[in-house]
Amino acid sequence: MKASVIVFPGSNCDRDAAVALEAATGRTPAMVWHGDDELPNSDLIVLPGGFSYGDYLRSGAMAAHSPVMREVVKRAKGGTPVLGICNGFQVLTEARLLPGVLMRNATLKFICKDVHLKVERRDSIFTHRYAQGEVVRFPIAHKDGSYFADEDTLDRLEGEGRIAFRYCDETGVVTADANPNGSSRNIAGIYNETGTVLGLMPHPERLADLALSGTDGAKMFASLVESLP
Amino acid sequence: MKARITITLKQGVLDPQGKAIQGALHALGFGTVGNVRQGKYIEVEVAESDPAKAREAVERMCEQLLANTIIENYAYELEAA
Repeated sequence: MKASVIVFPGSNCDRDAAVALEAATGRTPAMVWHGDDELPNSDLIVLPGGFSYGDYLRSGAMAAHSPVMREVVKRAKGGTPVLGICNGFQVLTEARLLPGVLMRNATLKFICKDVHLKVERRDSIFTHRYAQGEVVRFPIAHKDGSYFADEDTLDRLEGEGRIAFRYCDETGVVTADANPNGSSRNIAGIYNETGTVLGLMPHPERLADLALSGTDGAKMFASLVESLP
Repeated sequence: MKARITITLKQGVLDPQGKAIQGALHALGFGTVGNVRQGKYIEVEVAESDPAKAREAVERMCEQLLANTIIENYAYELEAA
């Protein structure tokens, strides 16, 4: 699997993503600068976490229009899998590859802690190494992570099975208390129509190695390696 | 020309920052303060003397970048720079 990680000014999880990808694939991913017009042939494109362009205007808004994103959008529409983590999720919504918006956390606070997530479906290229309904522990680190979409869009996402992860308690019950940031319907991550684009606020790459005190995130990269050429 | 652009959250979109500002105003003793909504104000100079063309450009700027029309409305005024 050939992966490319897009690096924006202000990205800070690009190397974490690269380490997790290399551990899973045995290949060093291409690091692609946001100003590049060209993108290598990639089986997977990762938009990493961070604070691209200092979160100016809105988180992800500037990055969504950077030169390399024109190519990312084209590839994503052509079926190339794209994984957007945290700021990457924000960029995907601003680029309209995913519906909705990530808004300021309901608490107004930057939240940095591990959370529990329920794997809503395992029949995706990103999640088939997880069990259906499995509860996983991923870290979050964001201030703009409150997922918002209008009710019709939320109903459509639910109806089409496009909710990837929900915030839950450690037993897997989706509760208001387990929702760290005020996200609509506890949504932590969503898919596009074809299930090839995933955006999520929690960081799988930050718990993908025992040295980081957990490996729940590694299964996502393992799933991708098995699913993609 | 200069465009004075105001970006506001749509009705029904939660605004925790507005709520916090409201709380702070109450704490300062402004007991008459009701609902508070916050937004953005942006000034853009456009090298264009035809108001119709400037208007069209500003609207495209708002749609493509300055506002996220899923959650935000925008309004603007044009004036000779």
